[in-house]
Amino acid sequence: MAKQLLKGNHAIVKGALLAGCRLYFGYPITPASEIAEGAALYFPRLGGTFLQAESEVAAINMVYGASSGGLRVMTASSSPGISLKQEGVSYAASAELPMVIVNIMRGGPGLGNIAPEQSDYNQVVKGGGHGNYKVPVLAPNSVQEMCNLTMLAFDIAEKYRTPVYILADGYIGQMMEPVEFPKPVMNLPRHDWAIYADAESKDNLIASIYLDPEELEEHNRKLQRKYAEIEKNEVRLEEFMLDDAKYVLIGYGIVSRMLKTAVEKLRNENIPIGLLRPKTLFPFPSKKIKEITQRIEKFMVIEMSNGQMIDDVRLAVEGKIPIEFYNRMGGVVPSTDEIVEQVKKQLLQGERG
Amino acid sequence: MATKILEKAKSFYDTYERNPSADKKMPHYCPGCGHGNVHKMIAEALDDFGVADKSILISPVGCSVFAYYYFDVGNIQAAHGRAPAVATGIKRAHPDSVVISYQGDGDLAAIGTAEILHAANRGENLTVFFVNNAIYGMTGGQMAPTTLVGQKTTTTPLGRQPGNEGFPIKVAELISQLEAPVYVERVSLVDNKLRAKARIAIRKAIKNQVDNLGFSLVEILSPCPSGWKLDPVDSLKWIEENMHKNFPIGVFRDLTKEVEPYKIEKVNPNSDEIINLLDISGENDLSLKSTETSDKYKNPEIKIAGFGGQGILLMGAALAQAGMFADYHVSWLPSYGPEMRGGTANCHVNVRSKEVGSPMVSLPTVLIGMNRPSLEKFENDVVPGGIIIYDSSLIDIKPKRTDIEVLAIPATKMADDIGNTRIANMLVMGAYIGYTNLLPKEAIYESLKTAIKRKRFIEINEKAVDAGYEFGKSHRK
Ligand SMILES: Cc1ncc(C[n+]2csc(CCOP(=O)(O)OP(=O)(O)O)c2C)c(N)n1
Ligand code: SF4
Repeated sequence: MAKQLLKGNHAIVKGALLAGCRLYFGYPITPASEIAEGAALYFPRLGGTFLQAESEVAAINMVYGASSGGLRVMTASSSPGISLKQEGVSYAASAELPMVIVNIMRGGPGLGNIAPEQSDYNQVVKGGGHGNYKVPVLAPNSVQEMCNLTMLAFDIAEKYRTPVYILADGYIGQMMEPVEFPKPVMNLPRHDWAIYADAESKDNLIASIYLDPEELEEHNRKLQRKYAEIEKNEVRLEEFMLDDAKYVLIGYGIVSRMLKTAVEKLRNENIPIGLLRPKTLFPFPSKKIKEITQRIEKFMVIEMSNGQMIDDVRLAVEGKIPIEFYNRMGGVVPSTDEIVEQVKKQLLQGERG
Repeated sequence: MATKILEKAKSFYDTYERNPSADKKMPHYCPGCGHGNVHKMIAEALDDFGVADKSILISPVGCSVFAYYYFDVGNIQAAHGRAPAVATGIKRAHPDSVVISYQGDGDLAAIGTAEILHAANRGENLTVFFVNNAIYGMTGGQMAPTTLVGQKTTTTPLGRQPGNEGFPIKVAELISQLEAPVYVERVSLVDNKLRAKARIAIRKAIKNQVDNLGFSLVEILSPCPSGWKLDPVDSLKWIEENMHKNFPIGVFRDLTKEVEPYKIEKVNPNSDEIINLLDISGENDLSLKSTETSDKYKNPEIKIAGFGGQGILLMGAALAQAGMFADYHVSWLPSYGPEMRGGTANCHVNVRSKEVGSPMVSLPTVLIGMNRPSLEKFENDVVPGGIIIYDSSLIDIKPKRTDIEVLAIPATKMADDIGNTRIANMLVMGAYIGYTNLLPKEAIYESLKTAIKRKRFIEINEKAVDAGYEFGKSHRK
């Protein structure tokens, strides 16, 4: 198949359809609206449904309903809309409904702005709604990954019966890069838990209510076992020039692209530096970080948020080596040169940024 | 009244195994509660139409949160107020199903007002049963949106006061004002005669969905003896004496005989059709010969800037695409949203022989300036040895830098001469390619085919590229 130059947001739509998703429910919001617009064009073409809901609250509950029917279904939004969806995600996590939720992050808090930020890390990676739940989070850093990770998200969602997030930002959503499309997924299996409006599936119940505390505790334990399983099997990361590195940068999403170029530039100056990019934020590549901690001098975490992912790095490093930090917020994207400068200041000269 | 549920409809389970209480035969509702009656009428209707197997009941949050204990159908329990959205989702997933959204007054008329109004307004082919008992039963008797003026509840201890809490919401009236709903009726459970009418209305609302007619809602005035602190008999009297005045029973909308049943069309494309429908078929192996470009022009990091409307983003996209056709790694990053409303536009393009790292170009090796503010703003960012290309018919100043190459092209004037001011962007792009020989011209032609939406404009754009290319080529250093 041909390579196509495509916006990240459109790659998500095509990836979802290639993954066999035929149901989309969403509410427009910049910088995620191209996903709704693309879905409005392509979902009906393939015999699917696109519905513009009355709110993000309604949209996520439509997804909840459609997922109960055993079909692949998705929604997409940006930060303020994700805040509204949290109730529904909590219900879906408890009812163990597979679904894909895309968050093209923008600047916050409040109405903030529509420029790219990464400040939803906590509300997406740590559960976000009420209750003891977590949701797998995939963090693409290219348009190709917007397509591929969206497809993967549907598989993970079904394998573990859980909502899955695609967490990207305004830049990855808006930018264009060449995409090579995989083949469409055909003949998706029937699920024994879902309701297909037939005699065979009629005894199924989709619910999140457990009045008896012991029973609810057992349900919670079951969910935690599932998350442990996900942590065991689904960690994904990219390593770049780690083998002989003394210093390692950690960043995800769009930031990791700047970091890669920064590493190249610093390597040209013979600085032994590498990059670790989490592709999954839950599960977080803690094991890998622990392992590297044994053999390097310092980490530096770079975020477009107020220090959210760094908490997970700290947990993995357990105070054994220093972790420097550099961030921008409000929609300001750090440039490669800015990062190079900060690395030199903080990692090499030990100045605090 | 609750005992009547024992005359089991087939659409009820024989025993209520999901009910954790010891008695698997009795429903969990209070004696004299209206929910049991309504359940029975629904179950009997499902029996009669023979649709239980394909029926799906959405249990709300409220006393009927456990409706799934009883109905031998597919069951989904929804969040408070969201049942119509959940119903919409599963109905769209399985259009052949019969989906019932069962809701109380808090659920439907307070927290879920948006969801019910919009499901009704879309004309979803759903059946909604709205049990109006003028109170929050489950949470212990607080005010509902349908609580009557003066009615005492735990949160209106002195009685509901319109000055503070507003008036009771009339749901049947409200929904019937919308264009899409097919059938809206309010019924009451106070005596045998009215119960018979309620039964007919409930059947009709389900039948409408079975016949694919559209949205039906039945509001049922229903007793809540526990919430009202009355015995079951007085509760019925209370409905008759108080609720009927506020909530007149009757049909508010009925287009059952007028509307056409909608048809469910099934489209199920195969693998090849999907690829075509997604516009991702076709090959772009153009086998273009690579061009000889001097080392200093390789792997450019390009910033293109100008006014909105000058085709800045399009120029960048065409350039990136041409790069892709010539087998380079490329990226295109636009300014978007309000950034553009101020009338300026810019984009960042990378054309590299290796994987593109940062798609953001803060220090460009190539600056293409299409208006004076852009040139002034970005001139100093260009790396030493880089190139500035600018439209000298629009920009009346010259770059001050001496450590860079400068190509001034009177693009707008040349575009006017060819016959369309708007192709100035393609002239400049052509000039950049002609000057650097970064890409074969064919790659640009190919990218114009996808970048330019209106086919009749392709030819003139090609002309512009050609003219620009020759200009650039003749100015090569
Ligand atoms: C988000 C949320 N807010 C509040 C509640 C608490 N709550 C449960 S049921 C209910 C009211 C139910 O009243 P109604 O819909 O009239 O049903 P009834 O119990 O009278 O049948 C409320 C407020 C909840 N479960 N969820
Ligand atoms: S509290 Fe009211 S609505 Fe709830 S079960 Fe009892 S009588 Fe019925």
